[in-house]
Amino acid sequence: MKVLYSFGAFWWDFLVGDAWEVAAGVVATLAAVMLLVTVAPTAAELTGLLVVLAVVVLMGASLAREASRH
Amino acid sequence: MSTFFLFSAAFLACVVEMVEALTIILATGITRGWRSTLIGASLAALLLAVIIALFGATTATLIPIEFLRLVVGGFLLIFGLQWLRKAILRASGLKALHDEELIFSKQLSTLGKVSPSGQGVIDWVGFTVSFKGVFLEGLEVAFIVVTFGASSTAGAGVDGVMVASAGALAAFVLVAIVGLLVHRPLAQVPENTMKFAVGLMLAAFGTFWAGEGAGVEWPLADATILVLLAVYSVFAFAAVALLKRSAQRSLATA
Repeated sequence: MKVLYSFGAFWWDFLVGDAWEVAAGVVATLAAVMLLVTVAPTAAELTGLLVVLAVVVLMGASLAREASRH
Repeated sequence: MSTFFLFSAAFLACVVEMVEALTIILATGITRGWRSTLIGASLAALLLAVIIALFGATTATLIPIEFLRLVVGGFLLIFGLQWLRKAILRASGLKALHDEELIFSKQLSTLGKVSPSGQGVIDWVGFTVSFKGVFLEGLEVAFIVVTFGASSTAGAGVDGVMVASAGALAAFVLVAIVGLLVHRPLAQVPENTMKFAVGLMLAAFGTFWAGEGAGVEWPLADATILVLLAVYSVFAFAAVALLKRSAQRSLATA
């Protein structure tokens, strides 16, 4: 049980770390892109821009949140 | 072009992990003896080699490449952004820099409290600490090698794994040589600069692969990675400048 917990804790720390909003935001963005591409296949090229914008906004918000704590 | 970036990304990412593993090996070797430390490190490396071989082959042949790119790219993107976020916070002064010297002296004092268990036998403290340190850091290297390699080339994942493995091997050789030469933790290696660059590369590769896996059609194909790298670099440097200014303003008003 302890081994399983340690294993889970390692991966949690490895991927989620201390900014869960970044991990959750990336998952939500990719899900939204998959949905968009399925609904409107012609928008496949534009969805790349959506991913980049989402990453920049996510990081900006996360960094601003961290800065406001100091 | 993509082979060069794949090699560089794997190399840089692995250097970061290996410097951390080297710190543990040096601290353990000096205080507990080199024999048990090196046996522990070698066994951990051997176990990791088996994991890379098994996991790499499985991912390259059994899992559909688009699905693999989505999952692996998503992991890399999240991992890269976490790494980049910390590097930005450190560069702007909002987070303390990772202090290898402090870690080294802490490890030395902790390990020094328990005496070695005798000559000619395995010192389990040294063995375990070394094995654990190398295995955990090595798992991250294995993750980087497998994920970078398997998702880099459609239908020929083995080639990608070979390139990423070469990057990891070059990193190992470089860090081992440096470790042998200096024989003490490499506090002077600008770790945050390395993490900054690695975070940018992981985020760029992750965005590209996860996007492809999710159905994005990148207009410039593989060259898009360069554009992503440029966009994220501009963002990261601007974020550091803004956060630095904000921190200085807070200090001035305090």
